[in-house]
Amino acid sequence: MQKTKFNMEILDSCKLRELDAFIEAEDNPQGRIINILHEAQKLFSYLPQELQLYIARKINMPAAKINGIVSFYSFFSQEPSGKYTISVCMGTACFVKGADAVLQAFRRELQLEEDQKTSADGLFSLRDVRCIGACGLAPVVTINDRIFGHVKEADVKGIIEEYRELAKQEVAEVAQ
Amino acid sequence: MEKIKLTINGIETEVEQGSTILEAAKSVGVYIPTLCHLNLDGFEICNEVSSCRVCMVEVEGRPALVTACSEKCAPGMVVRTDSARALNGRRTVLELLLSNHPKDCLVCAKNLDCELQFLAKELNINQIHYEGEMMDYPVDTTSRSLIKDPNKCIMCRRCETMCNEVQTVGVLSALNRGFNAVVSPAFNLDMADTSCTFCGQCVAVCPTGALTEKNEVQKVWRQLNTPGKHVIVQVAPAVRVAIGELFGMEPGSISTGKLVAALRRLGFDAVFDTDWAADLTIMEEASELIHRIQHNGVLPLLTSCCPAWVNFIEHQFPDMLDIPSTSKSPQIMFGAMAKSYYASKMGLNVNDICVVSIMPCIAKKAEAARPELSIGDNSNVDIVISTRELGKMLHEAGVDFKRLADEDFDQLMGESTGASVIFGTTGGVIEAAVRTAYEWVTGETLEDVEFTQLRGLEGIRTASVQMGNITLNIGIAHGLGHARELLEGVRSGKYDLHAIEIMACPGGCIGGGGQPYHHGDVEILRKRQEALYQEDRNKHLRMSHQNPMIQKLYEEYLGEPYGELAHDLLHTTYTAKERI
Repeated sequence: MQKTKFNMEILDSCKLRELDAFIEAEDNPQGRIINILHEAQKLFSYLPQELQLYIARKINMPAAKINGIVSFYSFFSQEPSGKYTISVCMGTACFVKGADAVLQAFRRELQLEEDQKTSADGLFSLRDVRCIGACGLAPVVTINDRIFGHVKEADVKGIIEEYRELAKQEVAEVAQ
Repeated sequence: MEKIKLTINGIETEVEQGSTILEAAKSVGVYIPTLCHLNLDGFEICNEVSSCRVCMVEVEGRPALVTACSEKCAPGMVVRTDSARALNGRRTVLELLLSNHPKDCLVCAKNLDCELQFLAKELNINQIHYEGEMMDYPVDTTSRSLIKDPNKCIMCRRCETMCNEVQTVGVLSALNRGFNAVVSPAFNLDMADTSCTFCGQCVAVCPTGALTEKNEVQKVWRQLNTPGKHVIVQVAPAVRVAIGELFGMEPGSISTGKLVAALRRLGFDAVFDTDWAADLTIMEEASELIHRIQHNGVLPLLTSCCPAWVNFIEHQFPDMLDIPSTSKSPQIMFGAMAKSYYASKMGLNVNDICVVSIMPCIAKKAEAARPELSIGDNSNVDIVISTRELGKMLHEAGVDFKRLADEDFDQLMGESTGASVIFGTTGGVIEAAVRTAYEWVTGETLEDVEFTQLRGLEGIRTASVQMGNITLNIGIAHGLGHARELLEGVRSGKYDLHAIEIMACPGGCIGGGGQPYHHGDVEILRKRQEALYQEDRNKHLRMSHQNPMIQKLYEEYLGEPYGELAHDLLHTTYTAKERI
């Protein structure tokens, strides 16, 4: 068999068994592809190409179609997420109050290339979201479950440093 | 069926329930421009995504314009296709499409063959009022067969329909969303790294220059102008009933003689016929079929002339690679004979021979590049150009095709029978094989060589042919989706067949991905098919084994059909390939 360049070995076999069980319980897996992808993302935390290909073969659907779905819906991620997910609200109110400058400041501070969502150290993922319903705090940023209101460009460096410090402490605690 | 009354541009008409405004308008002679819409009636091919919005019309009482291709007629509906609002709406939509489209039409592969360009003229566009960001994607030139330039894509989704619904290959899909949406293989893979069969049906239906064949005309010119090179050319059957269209001739014109004359004008050292090699293919394939039947070999035997079909079975049915015939395709058999038999007859060094093929197909380009189809490291076939590329070459050289006097093919590899001509249409290869197998098996003379039960344009056909005490069950499929259905039926036991012919393209090679663009007019395909059957009737000899030049080849060079030397030169192997 002439192989493709994808190495399916990188997928965790325990998680795959769980995913298999989920898929096999479906009567019409092709019609339930969105749910299957949600389940896969829950198990693996993101949808690497190999996993998309695995699902494609498992349910006999073109990988291109599955990749089309994954890349269409912003909920699905093809990159691993960082420990901390920074969401910058780009809703109308936040945008008018300068959210774009805040977003760019995060990009600079995390040294993210264009299209790159997760920082090289794996600590931070940056994404823009639409209105999160906290317009009174515009521009608003969330990091995991914590909310930061009235964020200014100048605040960004401090926020990131706080989380870097937090991560260091956690590592130290685990080491003890 | 219930009828509905409506008015279109003041014309009262009655249509069947379920008709679209587009269909109703057509029936009263009102033309509505379309772009994404494609309906190949009779071939079960329809793209109805209403993505381009070019067919918008005004319906009285409706607040917004509607798309005529998808909107169903309703009783009492009053439609205006020519109101100022409808015309402005259509023009705006087209201008928006054009605002994100390169304006390099003069040097585009689709220049004067582009449906977007036609529309710009039809809709009287003389200015584009919108400016903005343009798409900027790399052009994919990785495959041997086609070029994918997403910057010229208008997201009509015709290619996606062809690749997924019709051919069931599933390589192309729309990825991402909004402005970033692009039609691409999974994970933006290079076309060369996918399960693409290179059937070229995406190219055949692309309205713009987003998908085109890989143009190798310059390579041919270079060879023709290299001193000491002996450049010979072969022409596939379906080319002769289509090339005339590129020079203003009626679809279905048989222009074999003009084609030969035209190729001589270009300077080829010899002009030969792939039909000669098709007769040779029948000698091998019919022998193989009889051998398998008489020696309890694997059945059914599948024809292996179509390279897109071979790519398809390697990727999609890797467990069934023992059933295709091992016979090389006629194009490759021709090359193999040119570089052995012909070389020795002519006293030529194999490295000085260049074999050029004119094919209705772009998968033939990828086929010629397969490493196993060579003698040592010398490929059986060197360069493949499509019917369209030959048209460009002839235009470039100023050959007045329509006025050329007929000429005959050169001898040695130019003689052919009617059986080989019909290779170019669905059902033709198996009919040719049956004609020969019948006489070989029964030892009787076949009086009526036309097996009409094998003809037609239905996607899957089955028929039985009685040969003495053997009843041969035959299956035929054209279009890879139908091929998939037929193969799954063979695997499940639904079909019990001895021999199957599969062609990847709708109608067979007459509808190939390298043929002059039909722009959705299926009558063109029917006329090409009829022309091939006519060309068969025009031939004095109509069975491959009667071809005197093929008989001479076996007597003087190959020995027995399906014998040792034939095996070395005329047979091949297949490789299982992972699907993506």
